[in-house]
Amino acid sequence: MASNKKYWKSVEELNEDSPIVKALQDNEFVTEIPTDEFLGNKEALESSSTTRRDFLKYVGFTTAAATLAACEGPVIKSIPYVVQPDEIVPGIANYYASTMADGFDFANILVKTREGRPIKIERNDLAVNGGSVNARVYASVLSLYDKNRLTGPMMDGAEVSWPEFDTAVAQKMNEMSSKDVVLLTQTFASPSTSKLISEFTAKYPNIRHVVYDAVSCSGALDAFQNKYGTRALPDYNFSKAEVIVSVGADFLGDWQGGSYSKGYAQGRVPKNGKMSRHIQFEANLTLTGAKADKRVRATPSQQLEILKALTGGSASGLPENIVDSVNKAKAQLQKAGSKALLVTSLPDVASQTMALNFNASSEAIDVSKPLLTRQGSNTEVMNVINGVVSGSIKGLITVGVDPVYSFPNSKEFTEGYKKLEMTLAFAMKQDATASLAKMVAATPHYLESWGDAQIKKGTYSLAQPTIRPLFNTRQFQDSILQWTGNTQKYYDYIKENWTASMLAGGSWNQALHDGFIASDTEMVMEEVKPTAEGNGTMEEGTSNGALSAFMQEGGYDLTLYTSTGLGDGQQANNPWLQEFPDPITRASWDNYLTVSAADAEALELENTHVSNGALNGSYVNVKMGNVVVENIPVIIQPGQAKGSVGLALGYGNTADGIQKEMQTGVNAYPLYQNFSNIQKVSIEKASGMHEFACVQLQSTMAGRSEDIIKETTLEIFNTKDKEYWNSVPVTDYDHNEISVRDKKADIWSPFDETVGPHFNLSIDLNACTGCGACVIACHAENNVPVVGKEEVRKFRDMHWLRIDRYYSAGESFKEEIETLENLPAFDSYKVVEVPAYENPQVAFQPVMCQHCNHAPCETVCPVAATSHGRQGQNQMAYNRCVGTRYCANNCPYKVRRFNWFLYNENDEFDYNMNNDLGRMVLNPDVVVRSRGVMEKCSMCIQLTQKTILDAKRDGRAIKDGEFHTACSSACETGAMVFGDVNDKESEVAKMKEDRRMYHLLENVGTKPNVFYHAMIKNTTEA
Amino acid sequence: MKKVNFIHLRSKLPFLLLVFLLTFSTTIYSQDNPAGKASAVEVAAPPADAPAVAGGDVAAGESLFKANCAACHKMDAKAVGPALRNVADKYDRDWLYKWIKNSSALIASGDPTAVKIFEANNKTVMTAFPALSNTDIDNILAYTSQPKPEPKVAATSTPADGGQNGSGGASNGLVLGALALIFLLLVIMLFLVTNTLKRIAEANGVVYEEKEKRTPIWKAFVQNQFLVLVFSIFLILAAGYFAYCYMMQVGVDQGYAPVQPIHYSHKIHAGDNQIDCNFCHSSARKSKHSGIPSLNVCMNCHKNIAEVAPETATPEYSKEFYDGEIAKLYKAVGWDAANQKYTGKTEPVKWVRIHNLPDFVYFNHSQHVTVAGIACQTCHGEMQTMEIASQFAPLTMGWCISCHRTTNVNLESNEYYAKIHEELSKKYGVEKLTIAEMGGLECGKCHY
Repeated sequence: MASNKKYWKSVEELNEDSPIVKALQDNEFVTEIPTDEFLGNKEALESSSTTRRDFLKYVGFTTAAATLAACEGPVIKSIPYVVQPDEIVPGIANYYASTMADGFDFANILVKTREGRPIKIERNDLAVNGGSVNARVYASVLSLYDKNRLTGPMMDGAEVSWPEFDTAVAQKMNEMSSKDVVLLTQTFASPSTSKLISEFTAKYPNIRHVVYDAVSCSGALDAFQNKYGTRALPDYNFSKAEVIVSVGADFLGDWQGGSYSKGYAQGRVPKNGKMSRHIQFEANLTLTGAKADKRVRATPSQQLEILKALTGGSASGLPENIVDSVNKAKAQLQKAGSKALLVTSLPDVASQTMALNFNASSEAIDVSKPLLTRQGSNTEVMNVINGVVSGSIKGLITVGVDPVYSFPNSKEFTEGYKKLEMTLAFAMKQDATASLAKMVAATPHYLESWGDAQIKKGTYSLAQPTIRPLFNTRQFQDSILQWTGNTQKYYDYIKENWTASMLAGGSWNQALHDGFIASDTEMVMEEVKPTAEGNGTMEEGTSNGALSAFMQEGGYDLTLYTSTGLGDGQQANNPWLQEFPDPITRASWDNYLTVSAADAEALELENTHVSNGALNGSYVNVKMGNVVVENIPVIIQPGQAKGSVGLALGYGNTADGIQKEMQTGVNAYPLYQNFSNIQKVSIEKASGMHEFACVQLQSTMAGRSEDIIKETTLEIFNTKDKEYWNSVPVTDYDHNEISVRDKKADIWSPFDETVGPHFNLSIDLNACTGCGACVIACHAENNVPVVGKEEVRKFRDMHWLRIDRYYSAGESFKEEIETLENLPAFDSYKVVEVPAYENPQVAFQPVMCQHCNHAPCETVCPVAATSHGRQGQNQMAYNRCVGTRYCANNCPYKVRRFNWFLYNENDEFDYNMNNDLGRMVLNPDVVVRSRGVMEKCSMCIQLTQKTILDAKRDGRAIKDGEFHTACSSACETGAMVFGDVNDKESEVAKMKEDRRMYHLLENVGTKPNVFYHAMIKNTTEA
Repeated sequence: MKKVNFIHLRSKLPFLLLVFLLTFSTTIYSQDNPAGKASAVEVAAPPADAPAVAGGDVAAGESLFKANCAACHKMDAKAVGPALRNVADKYDRDWLYKWIKNSSALIASGDPTAVKIFEANNKTVMTAFPALSNTDIDNILAYTSQPKPEPKVAATSTPADGGQNGSGGASNGLVLGALALIFLLLVIMLFLVTNTLKRIAEANGVVYEEKEKRTPIWKAFVQNQFLVLVFSIFLILAAGYFAYCYMMQVGVDQGYAPVQPIHYSHKIHAGDNQIDCNFCHSSARKSKHSGIPSLNVCMNCHKNIAEVAPETATPEYSKEFYDGEIAKLYKAVGWDAANQKYTGKTEPVKWVRIHNLPDFVYFNHSQHVTVAGIACQTCHGEMQTMEIASQFAPLTMGWCISCHRTTNVNLESNEYYAKIHEELSKKYGVEKLTIAEMGGLECGKCHY
């Protein structure tokens, strides 16, 4: 960015006569380096006992000793089992079906274990409606091996034994028997836990149970309860909707628990010339907005009006362009009739009711079997907060929640919490609440516990331990059983419950094997009732009050959201999630305020790039009433609605149990007043610049999209020839134009790939929602190291698979090219580089090694460390690599990653690979790379080889669907399909023949084995 | 001078011959040793023709005992059941018939002796043998009534062995000493003779011719630049060669035979007792690891084998030594041999790993064992002869590759290969395919 602007680091610099500035300019180092002082002091030198010759001797000796010591082979011990369990064969993975239910993410999963260690989470394909296996669920296996976990129960900061702890608790309970005690828990959605808690509260009638969701869905729950009688969330099947209108709802993200991307993607892949139409009105640029056919920027206050207009009201009072869009959307919704769907994230009951009423007749909504993954009620939780602050509540037991961190008025609450007579926290790590609690019951990770869940009504899931508890922990349910005088273990308790009701004579072992059963047998769940006055009318009153205050003029509309990586912040200690780049901003290790370009200009906020390309951003203080959150870094976000800002929850947790490196970002929960995700705030600029770790910087595609992202509209796709919208690049041969796929265009002789399997990976840009599950799955499968913020900032991130996010300035990528071509020569630069485009089109493109058949990297490697396999994989022999990095330079896709440092057993990189516990997650089938070697996607050769070797051993041919990679099996939307193209019947072979198929940068002639399906947008207006 | 030398040689010759002869005779003698040992064993072996007791057929009894009783009973030590030597003397014969045919019925009937035995043996019910006739039982009892054989083999063979060895050593030393003495005498005589001859020559007035002064050979060598050049090139090449050889054997641990925490002899298990490798290394068939057997696998047999047979002992390792090693196993697995119970106190064994492939190599046992049908010995050597396990193969990449280049894929009756074989054999025009032709030399097949 060429400019004549003067940049400065401090105000002092502006004063040209300042002696400090002069001194700083003249001297390379701020303080004098004491070399002269030392060397000039003859006395000191002479009195030193080490002479130069001695020094050289020492150096020589140590070098020789180190060399000799290195020649000796290490003695390696092998320790077999004393009694080997039947099911464990060293070297063979075991899979167990289980369920994750941490109160924020609910999913049916398969746990891959090796020699008794869980090493990877996979999808449970048997399970239907099993919640969404997203990036956080994949990463949760690493949270098991968190070295900061609590290792045993604690009282007043000292570790005690469980019997001691139980005695103390029993005594305390008796003391408290006439006082008000609240059991504040996460949403369990667990039939057995529900039953158990009701037994517990029956025994101790002074204890009442309150469910608290850190990220509230109370409005939607109240609306649903008012209309349908159950406290639950409606389930949507987006594949059945032809027109989807979302007002602020990021349903491909974490809206109402997420898990909708699969259905959505089904409707978005054009079949028989048809696909759904998706219109999004939103303030922040979300994953959902990025995928929308039409995205209209609207601040939350405008969203209220839009929702009213869509559900029957008039669209007055809105800007003209929005009115137009609203009217068109309304018409389309009406036209679609029962195939229309309207969703919203506005937090108040009234808005949620409006949407519910609108969808009542829709085919895409399921109200008979709703989701039970959120249960919290804002009024109830507010009562708890007020009770603790006022002192009417005397005791608080917290389970799976961290109110000291996540309550909006944390300061007053903390004061009240410290004064409570009984504070008991069930926690996995020393979180903010556990550090203050007098009694801390250490709980195991969900992979060490038994459990059950009813994610969706009528579908029951089981969770089973996949490893013996690593520490002296006891799960909450076992503690409750103990305290209610029940001698059963929780396992027996669940089994008894299940046998009594939902199994209905079915096999327990089968249910445990599958991880779930679908059953219509109702199991009575403890009904979480909002208090009498909290029902319906009252809710509407309060929230309307809140929102009407919200409607006032002035200030900025803040939309709080949960990031794809950290969610509500429970897994803040997870380095995989911290390093996961946000799909939209591509920044990792941070949260930040997203601001529109116009507002940034008005507030004089800026994003600058330093010389190595890294991104810096201004700081702001955000004020709301008397709440001030200071020093939030700013990212100028294309597509952000003017007058609105966005900020992610879940960061900035500075509790003792959070490792220093992971205490990233700022805590946004203080701004989450009344548990409303939209707030009115004022912003002022603060001094200083923040250093971001952002892995992709370009603001637009700069008109170079042709060979990277191919995109067209549904209309053109249906009516025009393939050559028009997905033409194969041409090259010149003998003065004629020939296709680059022509044999004559090739200067290399081809490999023979016809024998045996030949792997190809298909990626459908229409189905890809950028959710990043593949990135984390790849991390887990391939032992990809975490490098930390400083290194990511230098673009040394090690992700083998990245999801590029591209913006285009026009209504489509094609349009952008046309616009740029018509611009005068010197204007285009500005247009391209300045993110002035207010509402960009977005495309996600997962890019991993393309496994070129004519790989540019192979030809330049001086030691032949990278070579081509007959099965289509570009192979990398790490032990052969000498680290010249020629290959990375010659790779047109920039997918090769260099190990600049030793990332394991290195205190400089104190992440999971630096401790014995964290290393337990490593996949034993993939080597951990060392410093100085290049690495990259191997197309999961360990998995394809495993499939082949298994088939050889069984003496059978391989069927389609057996081959998979970590990313393709993680992809919930089906965007990634992997297989053998030599098997002409395989799905991937058919995908390759599809009209939408194209290769990335095909004109380079690399003939990749990864191909993409062009993006189609449904631009049909009503 | 030359003549003189010759004479000396001639005088030395008979002695040299003598030295040669004696050396050979001693080696022949020492090689005789094992044969002698073996015959000693044979002589001591048949203990069978001891006097038959109580009119039973001892030989028939022995085979019946081994077929029916030996799983739980030993002759002289408690196993699952009590020791059985001279059991016929302890109980009434008729009672024994009843007990052996159906012990639980006897216990149920409340017979006091039966109940006492039952309780003394952890209330383990003895298998009923209704099929055994009274004669059979008599035969068995006859066998059990034999007197305990003296540990003749160990007693006779080992000391005899030692004695022979000792005497052999002494005679060898004696002969060598005598030879050395003779040699020394010869040297002295030679010196004296030369001196005497010199003196005679001087006395006879023989005058030596003075030799011409010639340039010393090393100077000539240094002056010849060509020679120096050739020599230094040769030196450099040789040094390079040795350096290369030295470097190439860094990290190659062929022959590595570390001392293990328990002296486990593959020779006894896989060799003498012919236990199949897969019996203990069962995961070699299905997993990438061959697996070091867990201790419960050892205990499948060793629960009943608390001591080795006397025949197992060798000059290097005595029976006591082997029994001590089994005791180590018991300690590790927490087996109380006296009470035939697990104590629950275990101490996992820290074996020293012999075959250490680097982390960056993927090797799968099941592919070689099950798919290819390669014998374990191909890579691990004759394990069944190894008293101490050692690394047989160099485990270098060159070693892997050369085998992959020359070995044909075992295609028969494996449906996986059906299509691939058809295509590949068409491509290469051969009926049999090597692993290399199947793509077995690609880097990524073993390095990921």
